[in-house]
Amino acid sequence: MNVPDDLLYTETHEWARREGDKVRVGITDHAQSELTDVVYVELPKMDRQANAKEAIAVVESVKAASDIYAPVRGTVIEVNRALEADPGLINREPYGQGWIFVLKIDNADDLKQLKDAEAYRKQIS
Amino acid sequence: MTENAPKKTPLYEEHVRLGAKMVPFAGWLMPVQYTSIVEENQTVRNKVGIFDISHMGQLIVEGSGAREWLNVMLTNNIDKLDVGHGQYTFLLNERGGIIDDLIAYRIGEQRFLLVVNAARTDEDFVWLKKWRRPAAGAPENYRQDADTTAIVNRSADFGGVAIQGPGIAELFHALFGKDVDLPPRNAIIDPPFDGTKVSVARTGYTGEDGIEVFFRASDAVKFWNAALEKGKAFGIKPCGLGARDTLRLEMCYPLNGSDLSPERNPIEAGLGVFVDLTKPHFIGRDALLKTKENGPPEKLVQFRMKEKGPPPRPHYAVFQNGERVGEVTSGTLSPSLNWGIGMAYVSAAHAKIGAQIDIEIRGRTFPATIEKKPLYKKS
Repeated sequence: MNVPDDLLYTETHEWARREGDKVRVGITDHAQSELTDVVYVELPKMDRQANAKEAIAVVESVKAASDIYAPVRGTVIEVNRALEADPGLINREPYGQGWIFVLKIDNADDLKQLKDAEAYRKQIS
Repeated sequence: MTENAPKKTPLYEEHVRLGAKMVPFAGWLMPVQYTSIVEENQTVRNKVGIFDISHMGQLIVEGSGAREWLNVMLTNNIDKLDVGHGQYTFLLNERGGIIDDLIAYRIGEQRFLLVVNAARTDEDFVWLKKWRRPAAGAPENYRQDADTTAIVNRSADFGGVAIQGPGIAELFHALFGKDVDLPPRNAIIDPPFDGTKVSVARTGYTGEDGIEVFFRASDAVKFWNAALEKGKAFGIKPCGLGARDTLRLEMCYPLNGSDLSPERNPIEAGLGVFVDLTKPHFIGRDALLKTKENGPPEKLVQFRMKEKGPPPRPHYAVFQNGERVGEVTSGTLSPSLNWGIGMAYVSAAHAKIGAQIDIEIRGRTFPATIEKKPLYKKS
């Protein structure tokens, strides 16, 4: 399973890439492979506030719907509209074109609560 | 459902070796998918797929009283079965509720094979045994002397696979030889296979042409691998429960435990054709006659979403003109249609083909249309 070293991770299988005072968020390669065949993504509403670990998006496979959680507290400032037409991007490029939303972080210290690549690898092994 | 550790079918090691995702289902550890539900679904629609169905139960009923007694236990008319043929039928409780849906095969003059759902096998067996002896208060006609009818649960002795898809005829001959004919629809034969005997029935749960094969549990790995090897030329893939569910839902075949339950009867489920009300006696008959007379309060309908959107799922509420009229029992994204489909129990007044309904998904409603079955038709 691909777990890039430069990303942060949650226990619930989201990844977060820091971009200044923002984080870009998606689901990990492990998560997409468990789900397989992502067929629908419900994106969060723009400008909504979210607490860490709050469910703000839904990824649906053929079999089931899974909640996607905000990794840290912040405000949704970008959502990936490309997923509406092509939800399979999450399967094909989980760390690239398959990103789901961007949060403006309230407090950069919150990022310390997330796992590094090594800790996440341990979790899924 | 059992509290115990899930059982493993004789093909468990093969599934693991093939990289299947294993999940607990009806007390068994079963493959939900090997690569992808969509891929496996399409393999069955276009080529040929093989499923492990060893979890399903096999009950043998035999004896001089077997035929007459089964006709009281089951809804369809078993007198219509010639030796070597099977029929879809129901096991009902006294209220007409569905304990199980099954296929009954007449495998001998006085010998019947019942292929039942995994989750219901034990319950069916206990129920049937109870009715075999003169139970206190049992109506005279229902009584059956244990001396003339034996019932045995052979589920642990058998493994089984379903092989389904347009490639089945060629694969059948590759497995059993050019001289053995595919049995007709719903018939069952016992062709020799590599020094052993197997039973092959022309049935399935996918809407494609196909067979179900039953063999001794000890022959399961041999048969499975032979089918995969001979099937290579026809594009065979092992397929899991995930694809089995999407394929059956595209055809609107009901799933026991989701669309059928002891609280629902075959008439509400739109399956009255498998109930012979002209039979003088069978368990549940009085209740079904009443349902037929008064009309069922709710009916099982199939629907298609009107827009591309989130797929419907079991337990989502169904509305019409803002009024709650029912609940989804099965729902998915259909891989063949690439569209959301489902089945729901809807109050009879609203259960009309062509009617517009709304499915509530996470607090929002999405329009759908009640359609005729099946939802998927081969083009």
